[in-house]
Amino acid sequence: MGTSVFYFVATLSVIFALMVVFAKNPIHSVLYLILTFFTFTVHYVLLNAQFLAVVNFIVYMGAIMVLFLFVLMLLNLNKDNEPNKSALLKIVGIIAGGCLVVTLIGSLKSVAIANPLVLKNPNLGLVENLGKELFGPFMLPFELSSLLLLSAMVGAVLLTKKEEKANG
Amino acid sequence: MGIDFVIEKFILVIALFAISLLIAMYSTYAERKVAAFLQDRLGPDRAGPFGILQPLADGVKMFMKEEIIPANANKWLFMVGPGLAMLCACIGTAVIPWGQDMMVGDRLVKLQVTDINVGLLYIFGVISLGVYGVMIGGWASNNKYSLLSAIRAASQNISYEIAMGLSIIALLLVTNSLSLREIVSQQHGWHWNVIYQPLGFLIFMVCAFAETNRAPFDLPECEAELNGGYHMEYSSMKLGFYLFAEYINMFVSSTVMAALYFGGYNYPGMDYMAGLLGPTWAPLFGTAIFFLKIFAFIFFFMWVRWTIPRFRYDQLMSLGWKALIPLAIANIVVTGIVIAIVNKF
Amino acid sequence: MESLSNKKKVLVSKPLNFAERMYLPAIASGLSTTIGHFFKKPATVKYPEQEREFSINWRGMHSLKRDEQGRERCTACGLCALSCPAEAITMIAAERKNDEKHLYREEKYASVYEINMLRCIFCGLCEEACPKEAIYLDGPIVPADYLRKDFIYGKDKLVEAPLEIK
Repeated sequence: MGTSVFYFVATLSVIFALMVVFAKNPIHSVLYLILTFFTFTVHYVLLNAQFLAVVNFIVYMGAIMVLFLFVLMLLNLNKDNEPNKSALLKIVGIIAGGCLVVTLIGSLKSVAIANPLVLKNPNLGLVENLGKELFGPFMLPFELSSLLLLSAMVGAVLLTKKEEKANG
Repeated sequence: MGIDFVIEKFILVIALFAISLLIAMYSTYAERKVAAFLQDRLGPDRAGPFGILQPLADGVKMFMKEEIIPANANKWLFMVGPGLAMLCACIGTAVIPWGQDMMVGDRLVKLQVTDINVGLLYIFGVISLGVYGVMIGGWASNNKYSLLSAIRAASQNISYEIAMGLSIIALLLVTNSLSLREIVSQQHGWHWNVIYQPLGFLIFMVCAFAETNRAPFDLPECEAELNGGYHMEYSSMKLGFYLFAEYINMFVSSTVMAALYFGGYNYPGMDYMAGLLGPTWAPLFGTAIFFLKIFAFIFFFMWVRWTIPRFRYDQLMSLGWKALIPLAIANIVVTGIVIAIVNKF
Repeated sequence: MESLSNKKKVLVSKPLNFAERMYLPAIASGLSTTIGHFFKKPATVKYPEQEREFSINWRGMHSLKRDEQGRERCTACGLCALSCPAEAITMIAAERKNDEKHLYREEKYASVYEINMLRCIFCGLCEEACPKEAIYLDGPIVPADYLRKDFIYGKDKLVEAPLEIK
């Protein structure tokens, strides 16, 4: 039963991810992205990582995507004011996309179908274990990433403050 | 997992659903009555004795109204909006433990639909998802007032979610668990969390007012400047869904406050009552106490609405970011230090 | 200039102190005010069942009076219609027959007397203009209705009920 659910949800996430790219309306695109994240949440639940699932739910679907939608609503995304892209820009885009494709193909080549991993401890994904891992062996990277976020926050505050000074 | 388990959960789900809808229905009536009494009036008293059938009359009126979808609205999203608002409001009650385990015949029935071990975060996630209904509906209406309201709702919800999350973290330091079932059962008798976390409760409550878009934080739907805001273009039952979702949200957040900070189904002297009433009726009595607490909170929500005027938008933001978040962080620090000292000695 | 009445209040807007900036004491006092009203007696008068007493100079629906023998006082002189600023009153006069002496006091009477209640402004000028003391605005509130034609009140609604024969 687990695998069939997985395949169903995986198909859905692929479809929604494609819709993100193909949707004409940017708001629809964001909404499809939200649905894609929702299927990811289901994947986490299937992997028995309940805490990660809920955090993905709150942070990505709840907060970040709301902000994204927020910004998109304010943009005037009509066809008329979309700037014409120069030929150079198109060529650069093609090269960048090609690089990504090559990387993806290269990584796919080395993939082999591994034996399914059997969890020895079904409670591995719970908060307690996650916390012990994060504040035990992964203490330094965890704290460093929090520092990174802090610096981003300070930067954002600084950006807003600077403008105020120039005005007043 | 036998068929009896499925039936048991099915009955529980149906009952919960019915109860939330019923409470939402009568909240609309209670709101009007409370507003009237607070203003020395009588309130609706024509439909049935004391106007008790007023919600039914309102419901019939809603159904009979003409359904209008604006010509330039995004039709699909216009319909998704209220549905999403209703869905997010209704699924929140699934993880609430409504009572202690109850004996029905010789069967132990858990009065909880599901006990996820991250139940608290689940509720938090559902609440944070609730804003999508408002945002999508507001944007799809293709109306500047609705859009403004949707944007207000989004920024307000995100801002107050942070303070709410931080106040919950301080609570988690005390309870050591994310499972609502465990959090509630820890508060046996009078050991309610509000005694240990008064400041956290205050912050949580203010944030709950903001998250449910209730006065004094009802800026997304403020009548004076936005003409009703996100549900301005809605009519008939779609409008009804939005209004209903607001009342269900109020019920859910009252429930969460009662469960997290006011002991849920626990009350002083419950052991004595358990001996008196036996294993079937004592848990039900606890559930009744729980509902009393919930109703008290709902009354408080209404009482505040008819007392305090609406915030201005910059006041709302400065309260959220400059007052509540620092307070919540200070609360976490103090709680952590106290717990560390208590554990040491 | 110095105030003569000494009633002037000088308002000083001080910056809020800490307790005021916390909002909470003010919110608590506000909540106690409203909950005080929760237990007060409602001021509502439930209108159709309960009616408030009218004041002495209340002007409501018109009534055409009868004299002490039960005869209609109106003589269809048309002074009320003439005095009416809203043009609400019309009437058709008729001559009294010999066998109608117990019905009408004067030799001329109003066979049709209509007041359009949608036009009437209840000023009471008709009452003052009437030489025969036949019209008074001493009735209740004119009730609402659905059709315009139902607001044109004829003699069936205006004339006082006949005296009870003793």
